[in-house]
Amino acid sequence: MSVTTDTSSSPAMAKEGPITRFFRATEIDARVVGMIAAILGVWFIFEILTALQLWMQERPFNEGLLGGSFLMPRNLWTLLVQTASIAIMATGMVLVIVMRHIDLSVGGILTLVATISAVLQVQYLGPALGVGHWSIWIIATIVALGVGILIGAFNGYLTAYLAIPSFIVTLGGLIAYGRGIGFYISDGVTIAPLDKTFKIVGGGVPDSWLGPTWSWSLAAIACAAVAWSITNGRTQRKRFNFALRPLWAEILLVLLAAAAILGITLIVNSYPWPPKLIEQYALLNQIPIPAGVEDKSGQAICMAGEKVVRCAEGLIFYTGYAVPVLIALAVGLVMTFIASRTQFGRYVFAIGGNPEAAELAGINTRMMTVKVFALMGLLAAISAIVSSARLDAATVSLGDLNELYVIAAAVIGGTSLAGGLGTIYGAMLGALMMQSISSGMQLLNLPSSWQNIIVGSVLVFAVFVDQVYRRRVK
Amino acid sequence: MTTHKHPTIVERTGPALIEMKDISIAFGGIKAVDQASVDLYPGEVVGLLGHNGAGKSTLIKILSGAYKRDHGDIFINGSKVEINNPRDAKALGIETIYQTLALADNVDAAANLYLGRELRTRWGTLDDAAMEAECRKVMGRLNPNFRRFKEPVMALSGGQRQSVAIARAIHFNARILIMDEPTAALGPQETAQVGELIKQLKAEGIGIFLISHDIHDVFDLADRVTVMKNGRVVGAARTTDVDHDEVLGMIIAGKCPPGAIPGPGALQSAA
Repeated sequence: MSVTTDTSSSPAMAKEGPITRFFRATEIDARVVGMIAAILGVWFIFEILTALQLWMQERPFNEGLLGGSFLMPRNLWTLLVQTASIAIMATGMVLVIVMRHIDLSVGGILTLVATISAVLQVQYLGPALGVGHWSIWIIATIVALGVGILIGAFNGYLTAYLAIPSFIVTLGGLIAYGRGIGFYISDGVTIAPLDKTFKIVGGGVPDSWLGPTWSWSLAAIACAAVAWSITNGRTQRKRFNFALRPLWAEILLVLLAAAAILGITLIVNSYPWPPKLIEQYALLNQIPIPAGVEDKSGQAICMAGEKVVRCAEGLIFYTGYAVPVLIALAVGLVMTFIASRTQFGRYVFAIGGNPEAAELAGINTRMMTVKVFALMGLLAAISAIVSSARLDAATVSLGDLNELYVIAAAVIGGTSLAGGLGTIYGAMLGALMMQSISSGMQLLNLPSSWQNIIVGSVLVFAVFVDQVYRRRVK
Repeated sequence: MTTHKHPTIVERTGPALIEMKDISIAFGGIKAVDQASVDLYPGEVVGLLGHNGAGKSTLIKILSGAYKRDHGDIFINGSKVEINNPRDAKALGIETIYQTLALADNVDAAANLYLGRELRTRWGTLDDAAMEAECRKVMGRLNPNFRRFKEPVMALSGGQRQSVAIARAIHFNARILIMDEPTAALGPQETAQVGELIKQLKAEGIGIFLISHDIHDVFDLADRVTVMKNGRVVGAARTTDVDHDEVLGMIIAGKCPPGAIPGPGALQSAA
């Protein structure tokens, strides 16, 4: 029997332009394409501006694609490493905001967790087990993750069961966790140096660089995984006789993804180690440095007489992917899986769409709130490990303003503050966008007052563009 | 399962499918429901009538687990049950179509149909393909023209959203169905279709509580009516024993006619 009639089954196909048809066939989210285009645009603008600045200062052009300092492997590699910490937290902030909450305390959690793990390593485990003991990094990591989960769950408990708005709960956390409890534990002193193995997570030491061979292998595995998942999706759709994407669209998707993966891999594999590290490594491993003539343009090093110099071709190592970038990518994959393929993720979105309906459908919305905040705490702890390992220290200002960058990344990535809408990849791209802008301005040596003005304006502008886009889609 | 040629005659033998006894609930000192008792037999439609704020929706939300009662007992097939949340109610076979529909607007029809009891693959992940296939089957029966399976339900028309809410209530073999103003958002033709659906479900032996402000609807579909006023039951009657005017008198003045069994909320002078 029929309850209602539906006349708007599918919009007239004939009226679609080629672009609309392309997006429909490939099922690519047009917003993602827009974001990637915007990021590439920002990169080119900074490349041109840095080149222009060099030209005006009558200095030689740099190695960038257009003679600037932005589109070159070293800068892009650093950009990825710098984005990791914010990107990791942004994936969790998406779920928090989708559930109509906010977490202002992530920067505070980051500082507190980093402080606890650093104090543990330097003041307790080091003296007790001997500095550099193999188990130090494992204990420090487990404690850090545990503390993060507990603080997050505490935030969630106050919000869900004591009905205190999450804005207030986490505003309290912002004030109390990092600069309160963290300061109390560390006495405001920088805690350093951290355990040698622990530092690998930060991406600042040669041990944390994968090198070209492993990077290419990883890229190949990633390409295979993309092809497999698209094939698998097609099989699933066939099983239930659902409409299939045209074959050309499927192949195009695989090719696009593969091109992106291989392109990024090529970039990170073209970034050489700093000459000083090559020299240290060569001395340590007794690798002979080839003879050469002094030539300041290269990154490789040679022997010119008794002196070690830079040269165009000589002894050279390439970094490949850095561990923090891989951690961020892994977190992004896992969080995407959680958000889209699990009951937990489905409930997060359902609660965000209509909390009352979710409750009436039998979902324990309070426990879900605790779990989402605990997950956010866990991610803040992962970022704490990455940030402190990169700095090789824990300081009271480590997580300062991180909460705002994380929220900005999620919002620029299309997460609606009204709840119910948001994507993990959007937030990660948002984090990359924020970091691109701030690192570009640092390359230009803009005064920090200008940097802050621009970052703030970009945030507001990005949300404006997103609103206009959504209204047009409706 | 019994089929009745005359849907208004229901065999009321044996224990009631549902009996709510002396139910009370107060919000901030105001008694929203006060000592209310209703019952429902298999294959029976009981209309709950009353003004806005009479307490009918609140009473029914106690049954569906949305509110927790302060006093009173609930029996299913004669045995006492505890309903403390919506999960308890669903486990007992009580399904509800809320006046607000209670849909998660940002997810699609299949996700709403299975909200809270998702189908999962053997790896524990969501089996979206299976849920969509099932959803297509259910909606094919309920609303054959429904095509928009991939869109969030906020993009659907009022009638389409209603059919998703109805599909969710009847898909999981409910024994007791609560319909809170099921036709409020619908046009005349769609309202008639909901009427057909109620008769069909009734024939399958499902007990239905029908909350409506439309007295004609209730007389068409219900076997009995229970009228509430100011949180108390005015009286209960077979729809064959009373007429429209008498029921209106119950709703407006709380006056219990001779054909009805008076409740605690009936005017003393009328008894």
